Amino acid sequence: MQKTKSYVSDTVSRMKPSGIRRFFDLAASMEGVISLGVGEPDFVTPWGVREACILSLEQGYTSYTANAGLLELRKEISDYLVRRFRVSYDPTDELIVTVGASQALDISLRAILNPGDEVIVVEPSFVSYAPLVSLAGGVPIPIQTSGTHQFKLQPGQIEQVVTPKTKALIICSPNNPTGTVLNAEELAQIARIVAKYDLLVISDEIYAELCYDEQYTSFPAITHMRERTILINGFSKGFAMTGWRLGFIAAPKNLATAMLKIHQYTMMCAPTMAQYAAIEALRNGADDVEQMKKSYRQRRNFFVQSLNELGLSCHMPGGAFYAFPSIQSTGMTSEQFAERLLLEEKVAVVPGNVFGASGEGYIRCSYASSLEQLQEAIRRMKRFVERL
Amino acid sequence: MKLTEKEIEIVELLEKNARLPMDTIAKMVSLSISEVEQIIKKLEEAKVIVQYATIVDWRKVDGHEGVTAMIDVKVTPKRGVGFDEVAERIYRFPEVKSVYLMSGAYDLSVVIEGRSMSEIAHFVSEKLSTLDSVISTTTHFILKKYKHDGTVFEQGDQDRRIVVAP
Repeated sequence: MQKTKSYVSDTVSRMKPSGIRRFFDLAASMEGVISLGVGEPDFVTPWGVREACILSLEQGYTSYTANAGLLELRKEISDYLVRRFRVSYDPTDELIVTVGASQALDISLRAILNPGDEVIVVEPSFVSYAPLVSLAGGVPIPIQTSGTHQFKLQPGQIEQVVTPKTKALIICSPNNPTGTVLNAEELAQIARIVAKYDLLVISDEIYAELCYDEQYTSFPAITHMRERTILINGFSKGFAMTGWRLGFIAAPKNLATAMLKIHQYTMMCAPTMAQYAAIEALRNGADDVEQMKKSYRQRRNFFVQSLNELGLSCHMPGGAFYAFPSIQSTGMTSEQFAERLLLEEKVAVVPGNVFGASGEGYIRCSYASSLEQLQEAIRRMKRFVERL
Repeated sequence: MKLTEKEIEIVELLEKNARLPMDTIAKMVSLSISEVEQIIKKLEEAKVIVQYATIVDWRKVDGHEGVTAMIDVKVTPKRGVGFDEVAERIYRFPEVKSVYLMSGAYDLSVVIEGRSMSEIAHFVSEKLSTLDSVISTTTHFILKKYKHDGTVFEQGDQDRRIVVAP
């Protein structure tokens, strides 16, 4: 009998493929492209961390770990969170080591959502939030932040979209794609609204180590917020460990217990060798992180000032490694600009609309590339803009 | 001499790449070009910045491959001047690239470059070991330079990252 069904679920059929994909295919087919489209550090993982992983393999540490991760690692994470962010979590039942921050997001949403629950997603945002909400049976409700406020969430915006079905709010500071950092005062204002409507906050702090101009404030460090926050962080960005796929969740015990149920059935545990590497990263990696951070900050200063000089106005992003300049002065859409820049000058950037409607009129440029590459990219972009 | 954080940043940038354009440095440390120029001038005058040099891989230049040796030198220090006098007598030779006073089994570490092993052997036997204060020398020839002053000579540093990623 002939196959008549597609077998694919309705939820997945409705999901749009990532807008980044098309650009990836186009850029990958060309030679001599300078890519500012990369969402990961240009550093290789510090040697000491790689070496610790090799040692763990030599010693034969290749079995499963506890579902929540090696207790030794969870203790290090607990100490790290106190030391760096002044938030305290019990390593025995409030921390889960995950396969990257992405899996952390997935199990967070699946643990909290009933069908039809609404989750507020602050756009422009990381491309995975809305699809992960949908996959978990929820309904993503976007808020559009504006370039005129440097893409900072205005607390009043939450009140405009909140309904009795609103369960949670996802925030990301420093933000991908805008680089915007929310300071303690701005987070406290958000916290007041969160408390007023009894919301849960999923705080994606994966870029927390890369905050350049001010002391970083972790959302659960805001008064009364710890009990209504799922904190997500990991090793990918700050420690240059993207390929290791290692993140973690810190949450109050009842939430952590719920998430651990999903984690144990779907993942068993995060990769053991990566966990041993992470222990070393937390024990001895601070100097490496500091060096990388300094280098990003210098490149940020160079790149953002150069963008402004060539006529693409760009706010100074406080963190992450993205500049998010406006291209509205060119009269083009984000996609037109990105496509022509790639075809005519071989510089790959990501059109801002990929990250949500309010990203239209902007492009995301990662400055996690060598200074020489950034200098050349600026030369090409200058030529491109002047020709228009 | 106490340097500000920005001054230290400028020195570190130049230490990695002495040919970095002024306007690039200025942007990277968020200062004006003239401020950066003033700082560099000040540091040059204070001899914090001693010299701008180039790291050359001479192995790639035919006929100039050369030989480098590290020589451990035991010496008798002199009353009043300690090791300084003999160190000076050694570093005045142009073929001597560096001289360090060491703790441990010997006193001076001398790095010398020459065109051939026999040239270096000649230097050691004729010039170095004949100095009055020199008690003994041990010469080690460098076979291959992997990393020199923080620079890896042969680097397979291609970017392995995917071109566009979220």
